[in-house]
Amino acid sequence: MNLFCVGLSHHTANVATREQFAGNAAAESIVRQAGCAETLLLTTCNRVEVYAVSDKQVSTDEIARCLTATTDRNTHNYAPPFYRYEDHKCVQHLFRVASGLDSMVVGESEILGQAKKAYESARTSGAVGPYLHRLFQRAFRVAKQVRTHTDIARGAVSVGSVAVELAQRIFGKLSECKVLVLGAGETSERTARALVSRGVTDLRVSNRSLDRARELAQMVGGQAVPFDDWAAQCREIDILLTSTSSETLLLTHDILAPMLRERLDRPLFIIDIAVPRDVDPSVNEMQGVYLYDIDSIRSVAEQSLALRRQQIAAAEAIIANHVIEFVDSISPGSSRRSRTADHSSLDENALRASQL
Amino acid sequence: MDRYLLIASTICFLAAVVHTAIELRRAVFHPLRFNFFAIGLGFIFQTAFLSIRGHQLERCPITNLFEVFIFLAWSVALIYMLVGTAYRLSLMGAFTAPLVLLLQGFALIAPIDSRHPVNAPVNSWLEFHASISLVAYGAFALACIAGVMYLLQERQLKTHHLHSIFYHLPPLTNLFAAITRLLWLGFALYTAGIVSGFFTGHPLPRIQVVSAIVLWLLYAAILQARHLKWLAPKRVAALCIIGFSAALALLWGITFTAELHPLP
Repeated sequence: MNLFCVGLSHHTANVATREQFAGNAAAESIVRQAGCAETLLLTTCNRVEVYAVSDKQVSTDEIARCLTATTDRNTHNYAPPFYRYEDHKCVQHLFRVASGLDSMVVGESEILGQAKKAYESARTSGAVGPYLHRLFQRAFRVAKQVRTHTDIARGAVSVGSVAVELAQRIFGKLSECKVLVLGAGETSERTARALVSRGVTDLRVSNRSLDRARELAQMVGGQAVPFDDWAAQCREIDILLTSTSSETLLLTHDILAPMLRERLDRPLFIIDIAVPRDVDPSVNEMQGVYLYDIDSIRSVAEQSLALRRQQIAAAEAIIANHVIEFVDSISPGSSRRSRTADHSSLDENALRASQL
Repeated sequence: MDRYLLIASTICFLAAVVHTAIELRRAVFHPLRFNFFAIGLGFIFQTAFLSIRGHQLERCPITNLFEVFIFLAWSVALIYMLVGTAYRLSLMGAFTAPLVLLLQGFALIAPIDSRHPVNAPVNSWLEFHASISLVAYGAFALACIAGVMYLLQERQLKTHHLHSIFYHLPPLTNLFAAITRLLWLGFALYTAGIVSGFFTGHPLPRIQVVSAIVLWLLYAAILQARHLKWLAPKRVAALCIIGFSAALALLWGITFTAELHPLP
């Protein structure tokens, strides 16, 4: 039995190339027709991969032809953007993919859900047999272990998720937090939605155009506040999200100081994503105020990514152990061979990690 | 035999500290379960040590500076076991272990385990006064540790430089709630300790009484300022550290003067 994986990803092909091979729902059955005993098609926005088990040798070109949506399958040589992993390297690749190590944003967890969905789909259609069943179940276990035992999925990497993460580090549960959204732009909307998804229920929206404030408030389940009243809200709120197009500073030390005296025991988290900024940077020096502008949010996102990259070696070590165990369990005695090979492929992965 | 138990306990706390240091160095920080078990095991050894020592002395084992340090370390571990996990602040173990290690390590190394023959009959009020006060110190120690954690987290949030530990420290508001509860717990126990001191039937040295009341007033002032929202959480956290440092100095002074001028 040959276990192999043929595919292309953001590492090897651009989106224009990837979309030529994605979305062909019949690919699994076509691959089976090519002589594979078991097949599983994993398609995401960043990769198209076929995991298969076959008795005979099935070429990369054959698999690539099966994946293409065009009917003219015999005239092209598809192989160049495709990679191919066999046996233990295929096992290792899947474990890395499921753990988020091969993702564009290292450590993202969406890929695990997509892999589970692909597995379920293939299982329902009968394309998965005992071999791929064991492989994928193990991959899900490995992914879970990697996330639990390393910080690979820690930290936020987008404006919305950084804002939510920081808010949670300040307030814990967000369900009791009062949020004021000042300015009703697209980023505000996304960040407000992210906060609502984490439990915020008291959300107020203020904008120069009250109609636009009402519109956004309705979309995120909040209430509109007249623009003239927004400053007074700072007495009550816990989180201020501001992104107006004002040319001058809206919130300064002098405006905030008297209000802070009334709320000395409660922190105030300010997210200022406006350019030019709405909040005077010196506000961050005030007791209990945590001000993040767009640059500091980007800096936090970069620190999170750097932290995730630091975890790659620890994650690779966990994966390497599982690859040896898995390969040994399906073909006893081959662990020594795979171990040697694992070391060389680990070096490759370390090299790739250093390039991230 | 009892000293071996103490060494075993110290090794457990050392293991927790080393484990935390390694995790921090690797920027992988998952010390919760390991630290909890290491501290738990260390606590069991501490309890066994104090029990054996208590049976040997036929009284509460706080008759010299060595025993006082061990009893204090035991109180810190006790409050951590009781309170730390309840407030979901298990990471506190990573901060508790170094303090306990410091107290026990010093007690083991320094030549302070001098045995004084104590012929006086057991005074239950005196024993209650001393032991409850030490447990109160344990609560103040944990409040101090929570204060350190608060300041660490606060600093990272202010400067926008987030380290691996940032994602494992509890939220600021939870830490502040824990500080408040630990302060109240320590204050209640300490009040009981001071009040019971007046029932011992012995005239206590004036300097000890005055110092103890000053410390009580300091914690009362912190709690009052917290209650009336006069102080920002950061200041309360800093005062917890100052308060515990003062408490340690007072404890040293009380034990030192007690050894120089033992009660009849």
